[in-house]
Amino acid sequence: MAKPAVKPKVESLPAKSKSPPKSSGPGDNSVSAEELKSYYRSMLLIRRFEERAGQLYGMGLIGGFCHLYIGQEAVVVGMQSTISEKDAVITSYRDHGHMLACGMAPKGVMAELTGRSGGYSKGKGGSMHMFSRDKNFYGGHGIVGAQVPIGTGLAFAHKYSGGKNVSLTYFGDGSANQGQVYEAMNMAALWKLPVIYVIENNRYGMGTSVERASATTELYRHGEAFGIPGERVDGMDVLAVRAAGERAVDHARSGAGPYILEMQTYRYRGHSMSDPAKYRTKEEVDKYRNERDPIDHLRKRLIDAGLADEAALKAVDADIRKVVNDAAEFAQHSPEPDPSELWTDILIGA
Amino acid sequence: MSISVLMPALSPTMTEGKLAKWHVKVGDAVKSGQVICEIETDKATMEVEAVDEGTVAQLLVAEGTEGVAVNTPICILAAEGESVSDAARTTPVAPVAAARSEAQPPASAPAPSPAPAASASAAEPEWTGKTTHITVREALRDAMAEEMRKDGNIFLMGEEVAQYHGAYKVSQGLLEEFGEKRVIDTPITEHGFTGLGVGAAFGGLKPIVEFMTFNFAMQAMDQIINSAAKTHYMSGGQMTCPIVFRGPNGAASRVAAQHSQCYASWYAHVPGLRVLAPWSAADAKGLLKAAIRDPNPVIFLENEILYGQSFDVPEDPDFILPIGKAKIERAGKDVTIVAFSIMVGKALQAAEELAKQGIDAEVINLRSLRPFDTETIVNSVKKTNRLVSVEEGWPFAGIGSELSALMMEHAFDWLDAPVKRVAGLDVPLPYAANLEKLALPQSSNIVEAAHAVCNR
Repeated sequence: MAKPAVKPKVESLPAKSKSPPKSSGPGDNSVSAEELKSYYRSMLLIRRFEERAGQLYGMGLIGGFCHLYIGQEAVVVGMQSTISEKDAVITSYRDHGHMLACGMAPKGVMAELTGRSGGYSKGKGGSMHMFSRDKNFYGGHGIVGAQVPIGTGLAFAHKYSGGKNVSLTYFGDGSANQGQVYEAMNMAALWKLPVIYVIENNRYGMGTSVERASATTELYRHGEAFGIPGERVDGMDVLAVRAAGERAVDHARSGAGPYILEMQTYRYRGHSMSDPAKYRTKEEVDKYRNERDPIDHLRKRLIDAGLADEAALKAVDADIRKVVNDAAEFAQHSPEPDPSELWTDILIGA
Repeated sequence: MSISVLMPALSPTMTEGKLAKWHVKVGDAVKSGQVICEIETDKATMEVEAVDEGTVAQLLVAEGTEGVAVNTPICILAAEGESVSDAARTTPVAPVAAARSEAQPPASAPAPSPAPAASASAAEPEWTGKTTHITVREALRDAMAEEMRKDGNIFLMGEEVAQYHGAYKVSQGLLEEFGEKRVIDTPITEHGFTGLGVGAAFGGLKPIVEFMTFNFAMQAMDQIINSAAKTHYMSGGQMTCPIVFRGPNGAASRVAAQHSQCYASWYAHVPGLRVLAPWSAADAKGLLKAAIRDPNPVIFLENEILYGQSFDVPEDPDFILPIGKAKIERAGKDVTIVAFSIMVGKALQAAEELAKQGIDAEVINLRSLRPFDTETIVNSVKKTNRLVSVEEGWPFAGIGSELSALMMEHAFDWLDAPVKRVAGLDVPLPYAANLEKLALPQSSNIVEAAHAVCNR
């Protein structure tokens, strides 16, 4: 099998904490061409899906809040590559990318966005509240930070049941100041629960920058009070994410307790669809788009390393476009939920 | 085939906007994610990105045009392989219809009662088997122990539940029998450990979460309501949350306002929860076993003053009570007195006093606040034609308020007098012994209320 000549970059600040030493991630030989291509495909699927979701929102087909993941794709795709299907994943309301990365069907996700019966929650949850027992995706939570104790509880259940599964608990820089996050971290460290806290630091909690919200902005060090190791990762580089993710997952799976990864990433779109984004400059957004884009970055790697040519990547693009078009079609034609659904799923056996 | 780009809505309320600026011109190639134009509303200026790729064939709306309606075609793209000149002749097509349907008529609602009504069944037969005289505290412990012996996925967590045996000694002996894996002392972090318990329930376990008192559960309210109660619905039935939240509720004795509050109506308000409030030791045991076996989140409201009171409890380890059924504790024909938790005892005292005065009161122990056993109460009112509700909590928007409304809806023609509410006074509970007594319902208040509805 062809081996790519890539050198993943793990960006980490000099740790004043007692974080474990940072390794440089997997060597050049640890990532196969097939894996790289699958990451490209997964990231592109999320990008195109989200662009289409934005379009359907603009057409009035998607209502309410809709938080797009564009720009952050390398985080979920890199992390997903480090876990097995039996591990649990949970996140906040910027969740479409996580669901697609977990292998949930684009049609079911898009149909939930349009509030149709073919959606993962039968149209009753919407953008922020989707789940898949089948894929061990536990939501999709609308209250900032609430998923963190829940994700810690999933890790508790794993440990209680004696298995080796871990819980990937994602949250944003905005959640990183919520009290319940620290309550959960304390218990996770106290009881050595197999949870990986993935902080997606996209630099803005809605319109407030990290610097304006957090007294200390090295979020990977926020577990130090509990002795939780952490590291800062270039979240725009899928291989850097993967390398750090492997360290974190190994740590948690070995029974050593929780681990924090601060992913430095960026969202290109607003906090939600109705965000005019006046709190940051166009130059800042353009700089990330043009110089740091995770998909462009991987595309260039694939081509430079001779692992794929333009034609092959174009075929992937066309294939993804079809998947997304089919999802959008399905989401517009799946019927609205039957009025009787108002009264279902409130209680079991009632 | 050519592609129409439509004027987007940038918020749920936007209907039109100004096309402020084009970033592309006819003949330009457009890629996904590329900014093609800027639009303005009274709230914001925003960039519109292309979703589809192609070459710009027509710009249909001139830069600077105001009042462009959402979904108006603004641009035509020639798709790959299509000639721009062909696409330039394309007539744009607006989408057929808005996707969202008009408001539908409400689905056939269940019974008018807002909380689902309990299923009808005959009055509970008196237990005729062997009984044992134990305290409410022991009954709660026995219920947990019996269920934990049967199912390894059940565990107890909370502050001081393990080594200390519970702040009120409810979990005596459980650590010794089940070990520290299943009887877990938590740090004092209600919000955190409640969320952790909910996560464990999502993950397949059956947690019993003890709150040292329900006053402290206010710290965890978001996890109880938003995470535990709603996720089954919001997931279209995929996620389940079999969890019991239990602990003492209401006033203890001389602990003042922050530690003395009845949360019955708070929780009873919420669809997706079951809410139980036992009075006797038999209630405590039978209902807690039912709560643990129930696949839904259950709020189990105990009472600190009742912990030490003793009652006869069936010895049979299979004894269990149905959720959603009230119990007629004392049959009578002149007035119905409805109470729950510690107020059942006060109501029975009042009934004895009333009997001396020639008023034969029927006392109903609600036991379940959600679902609510409207039927048992309506049947009683059909017999007595008079109703007094008793609760320790505040009167406004309380359980008594709900009971009054239900009687208007279901028993109006049988009432000979307006429903009378006996409740805690509408004040934070004071510390001073005399004031505390004045603020909480006493049996004398119930007697007076019964006189009022009986015109005596």
